[in-house]
Amino acid sequence: MKSVLSMVLLGAVSLWGAGQAVGAEGPRGTTAAPPLSFIDKALTDLSSGDQAKQDAAVLLLSEQGDPGLLPKLEEIRDNADRSVRLAIKPLMDLLKNRANLASSDADRRRSAAADLGSSGKPVVIPWLEAALAGESNRWVRYTIEESLALIRLASDNPDDKINAAAKLGELRSPNAVPALKELLLQAGATDATDQQKALANTARIAIEQIDIQASWANAFETIFRGISLSSILLIMSLGLAIVFGLMGVINMAHGELMMIGAYATFVTQECFKAYLPAGLFDYYFFMSMPVSFCAAALCGLILEATVIRFLYGRPLETMLATWGVSLVLIQAARVYFGDLTSVVAPSWLSGGAQVMVGVYLPYNRLFIIVLSILCVAGIYFLLFRTGVGLRVRAVMQNRDMSSCLGIPTRKVDAYTFAFGSGLAGLAGCALTLIGNVEPGLGQNYIVDSFMVVVTGGVGKLMGTIVASLGIGGLNKLLEPSFGAVYGKVLILVLVILFLQRRPSGLFTIKGRHADA
Amino acid sequence: MNEPRNNAQSTQGGEGLLFWLAGLVLLVGLPVLNVLPDPESWVHVSDFTLNRFGKFLCFGILALGLDLIWGYTGILSLGHGVFFGLGAYAIGMHLMLTIGTESVYGSALPDFMVWNQVKELPLFWKPFYSFGVALAGAVLVPTLFAFMFGFLAFRSRIKGVYFAIITQALALCAWLVFNRNETNLGGTNGLTDFKQLLGFRLSEPGTQRALYILTVLCLGAAYVVCRRIIRSRAGRVLVAVRDSEQRVLFSGYSPANYKLFVFVVSAALAGLAGALYVPQVGIITPAQIGVLPSLEMVIWVAVGGRGTLVGAALGAVGVNWARSVLTNYFPELWPFFLGGLFIAVVLLFPDGLVGLFARMKEKWVASGLGTRKSLPASEAGGQEAQ
Repeated sequence: MKSVLSMVLLGAVSLWGAGQAVGAEGPRGTTAAPPLSFIDKALTDLSSGDQAKQDAAVLLLSEQGDPGLLPKLEEIRDNADRSVRLAIKPLMDLLKNRANLASSDADRRRSAAADLGSSGKPVVIPWLEAALAGESNRWVRYTIEESLALIRLASDNPDDKINAAAKLGELRSPNAVPALKELLLQAGATDATDQQKALANTARIAIEQIDIQASWANAFETIFRGISLSSILLIMSLGLAIVFGLMGVINMAHGELMMIGAYATFVTQECFKAYLPAGLFDYYFFMSMPVSFCAAALCGLILEATVIRFLYGRPLETMLATWGVSLVLIQAARVYFGDLTSVVAPSWLSGGAQVMVGVYLPYNRLFIIVLSILCVAGIYFLLFRTGVGLRVRAVMQNRDMSSCLGIPTRKVDAYTFAFGSGLAGLAGCALTLIGNVEPGLGQNYIVDSFMVVVTGGVGKLMGTIVASLGIGGLNKLLEPSFGAVYGKVLILVLVILFLQRRPSGLFTIKGRHADA
Repeated sequence: MNEPRNNAQSTQGGEGLLFWLAGLVLLVGLPVLNVLPDPESWVHVSDFTLNRFGKFLCFGILALGLDLIWGYTGILSLGHGVFFGLGAYAIGMHLMLTIGTESVYGSALPDFMVWNQVKELPLFWKPFYSFGVALAGAVLVPTLFAFMFGFLAFRSRIKGVYFAIITQALALCAWLVFNRNETNLGGTNGLTDFKQLLGFRLSEPGTQRALYILTVLCLGAAYVVCRRIIRSRAGRVLVAVRDSEQRVLFSGYSPANYKLFVFVVSAALAGLAGALYVPQVGIITPAQIGVLPSLEMVIWVAVGGRGTLVGAALGAVGVNWARSVLTNYFPELWPFFLGGLFIAVVLLFPDGLVGLFARMKEKWVASGLGTRKSLPASEAGGQEAQ
């Protein structure tokens, strides 16, 4: 019943459209005036107040499709009453979108094509076809084709419809699913014609194709989200893991060093806003990365010199003392900065890249992934290719013997701690791209990154990398089916079970310790 | 840990005296001052103060358990809020059910279930109609949970920082789970608006006084039990585990079993504390069992003095007292104070208040009489390193 009704409605609408077309022919035929003047006439008709004249004028102008009329239309709109504005709005949108089809910015071309497609007006078909012929960008082409097919799918020509449905299936267009399902419904009605049934067949195949693509896209996005979370955890855990491996100290204030990095980014941004020309603003992020690294490293150095230095060999007490430091830092930030501030991501990091239909990778997340890879590479280089790294590794493996051999172990500790803190600051800087800057920023991820360190084991970079990939990936893998909370609980259970088999984590330095 | 414990022996006689003195003041003194003098007099203890002390003493019970595991056995648990919460929620659920139709919505179901469109009482709530089951549950549920968790953790020799992190993750998970509405535990708002316990109105000062006295008695009993454990042979093994677990292992003991035992006992005490806490405070929410509260519990013990039972209880009462005073007058300063306390107690007075007193006494004895040699102030040591 419902489908019949909708068919009737569709029919009525198309009839109305045809009537309008005839109506539009009318003035052109009778006046036989030069084209310019009939456009002028249409423009005056728009504000005439006569409903029929108005509609005819709108249709005429949209067939004409000249974006050059936009200024005039705007003028009319500004002087007209509400009903006229409402009537002109779709017309202006069409014209604007047509103008945007020729824009130099691919994103604008694409969104214009998508808008034209969803307008569903057959008049736009030639515009889109013209645009398609001159288009070289893959995803803009895709959207134009999709829009064309969507409009044709809504047309009256059965051949066009079948072709369009098949095309949409080929394009794996998720936007087409509602329309295609509607076709299936129509064919399911008792009085469906053979034509409708054939169309439904095509539509069914198309929907299947789209669904398969969607499940792939979903899997791909889950993996990407997992990697993205893993990379954040990785940057955070790296500093924590190095310090833990070297000194056996879990720094509970690590999250707050991150917060310091985030606020350093915020302050850098504000300084750029206040003191430098606006053109440079986009580059503040390059400045903020070293600034946040240095700010956090400095804080780490102070923290080491005032608190942690006195607590070597007492890891549990260090945990408590650093937790105290974190409380103080959080409250200090809350008192000084207030509760919520946010950083504007530079324009080159907004938006994203499309890799396949339905999969859209935001640049900021990609940036964090790249940053984490760079961090790992940098740390690897520092630890394994430089003299400083050699000392750090020596102290990690055997503190007493290194000391005997003349390595200033306490100095190594201090610098390593500062370096780990700096990495936390860098992580905080990266986090500003995907969230607000708030005093409790570090707390959100900190327990997770402790888990990464514990699971990864002491003293091996590889352990941290694998553990953060594992925990981050599992987190996102379990989230859809279990929900965020139970996913987390499940991960804790898994970590405990895992530690049953490997009590000191994934990778450990081999040695003759009964404790290891 | 590596703090000197040799002064514990010398303070033991004093500890016993202190115990009886404090017990007398808390058990008889405060309630009598609450009832007898006229309310205008300065020695009068108001109902509010008595109730507040009841709450502090609940924390004292928990601190005793935490001291057993941390101060004596050297295992830092950052998840004791969970056991406290399990005990508290068990009694809280019973109290919710006894509200009956007195609730805001007049339904036999707890109010939050009415909000959440739960039509029927979930199955796991039903046993809690009985007070006996709720009371047993308040102690047994944390005990069992601690047994399972501890069994897995200690069997695989998770220790030191690793154990602390895992228990902290446990506290985080418990907080997350208790916050959910679909677990039917009241969500963020927790359980509150209790009316009566075993037919006694909770709003009556008399009921609260009785609960207070019960808390003092429980604290005393917990103290005696903990002392017996410490003085027993098992207690000596526990201290040995703290000082050098490997030697204990190589001497033929199984540290895992002793650790599991003490973990379970301390969880049971935490559950008991939670059970006494809820009727006196009148609310339990997930915010009281999360990561931060669990850490605060550790700091009570540290402030009072690790490795002395009196110190643990003293710390719990002292820190919470300071908290209620400070948050009242300078709410913004409390986190600074708490953070500073964390740092100071670790860096400056690792033996806590009790250690501070002992040291002062030593100095006084040494300077005043000159007959006793002062004890070494601290000992170097790093047995605990990883």
